[in-house]
Amino acid sequence: MKKIINDASQVVGDMLKGMLLAHDDLIEAIDNTNVVVAKDKPQTVGLVSGGGSGHEPAHAGFVGDGMLRSAVLGEMFTSPTPDQVLEAIKASDTGQGVLLIVKNYTGDVMNFDMAKELAEMEGIEVDSVLVDDDIAVENSTHTAGKRGVAGTVLVHKILGKLARDGHTLQELKQIGDALVQDIHTLGVALSGATVPEVGKPGFTLDEDEMEYGVGIHGEPGYRREQLKSSREISKELVEKLVKEYNLNETKKIGLLVNGLGATPLMELYVFYQDVVNELKNHNVEVVFKKVGNFMTSIDMAGLSLTLIDLEDSSRLDALNAPVHVVSW
Amino acid sequence: MELTGEQAQRWILCFQEKIEKNKAYLSDLDQAIGDGDHGSNMYRGVQAVKEKLNELEDPTTEEVLKTTAMALISKVGGASGPLYGSAFMQMAKTAKETTELPELIQAGLEGIKQRGKAELKDKTMVDAWAPVAEALTNGTFSNDTIDQAVEDTKPLQAKKGRASYVGERSIGALDPGAVSSGYLFTALVEEVLK
Repeated sequence: MKKIINDASQVVGDMLKGMLLAHDDLIEAIDNTNVVVAKDKPQTVGLVSGGGSGHEPAHAGFVGDGMLRSAVLGEMFTSPTPDQVLEAIKASDTGQGVLLIVKNYTGDVMNFDMAKELAEMEGIEVDSVLVDDDIAVENSTHTAGKRGVAGTVLVHKILGKLARDGHTLQELKQIGDALVQDIHTLGVALSGATVPEVGKPGFTLDEDEMEYGVGIHGEPGYRREQLKSSREISKELVEKLVKEYNLNETKKIGLLVNGLGATPLMELYVFYQDVVNELKNHNVEVVFKKVGNFMTSIDMAGLSLTLIDLEDSSRLDALNAPVHVVSW
Repeated sequence: MELTGEQAQRWILCFQEKIEKNKAYLSDLDQAIGDGDHGSNMYRGVQAVKEKLNELEDPTTEEVLKTTAMALISKVGGASGPLYGSAFMQMAKTAKETTELPELIQAGLEGIKQRGKAELKDKTMVDAWAPVAEALTNGTFSNDTIDQAVEDTKPLQAKKGRASYVGERSIGALDPGAVSSGYLFTALVEEVLK
């Protein structure tokens, strides 16, 4: 393992300190917690998200006017604890209630649920939206269900704008639940991620090997094979993703090409142009696009592609609205 | 049999020692079918539990169980934190009414099931807790109950938690949560039931 760190067990806290120093105009932390809060707090529903660390800029990079009110940073790849989430909820409530945006992992769901129960006991109105955009996993009773991955960032952006516009907690919950159904993501990995304290990659791939459908914590994907060209990878991902939509009539969609941490922006753009070409074979009109690192997996090499249904113009407006956060 | 506060304290401190000793083993088990952090997460939790328990003087059973619950909930994270935390929280609530051991363990099991929505044979902690709770109630409990329950998770396919993502590949591996729960019950045997 080769990393620019001081102490493998202190990476999350050290990162947080650096982030706060670098962006002291936008964010601050609650004392003795790993909760990042926006300095600017309008009287609207507060959005709270978070999860294990290692996915930077998610989620602290999306805290600020027009997106999240606060983000809870767990240990590396480990859900934050209910007491920390409770602090985030308390700091985010201005009397309009708080909406939790949770990625669908067993740990996240349980810890955020417990925090919700604790907050309700303190008289704060809380609801939650569960994001499960990764289509690599079948949604069945035999698994913990589809996972939440890069599409979560689009949920932050759209609901963040709508919260700023003054939508109520109940409205945001309803809009969020419908929105999540229309966002789908699929990824590909070229190498595993190394949690600093573990010191070795969570899984290994041969020099010439890749894996489709790997999760953002290195959860196993659906197929390993010899490394393909960007064109061939884009074809596979696009073909699987468009099946999630009814394309009998031309549909307006948005695209998010997300790097997993160790893949250069150069490759993301190479892949992006292949995606755009591939989509010409399908009945879609691309009305929104985003390329970069939004939901990473520490130092995993690879990328994910997210499609979002933007037939509803309020979604597109929300995505295009200006925000004041570290990493949009 | 009733669990006194003093026994409860020794029990949980013995559990802490077992987690500390087997930290790496638990993480290795988790690496096979999960994300490889069960040992380090549990260790972080039981260290906090130890610190808090050592501050208590002559505690009641309820105090020990509640202190354990709060420390685990606030320190472990992941899925194990809420699950173990809910187990001890339900045990603490029950201890207000009765400190009979079978009732306490049964309450712990209910706490886990409520929080994690898992059933028997889903390859989770439930598969360690349910047979132990049953055997304690029936008076058939022995060390073999624990070993057998933990071993029985091997042929199961995981249906809950991160291990469910590996599907059939989870068959043949021990469930890390069942193994750490096994340490909890072995500690119970060594400190209370011996």
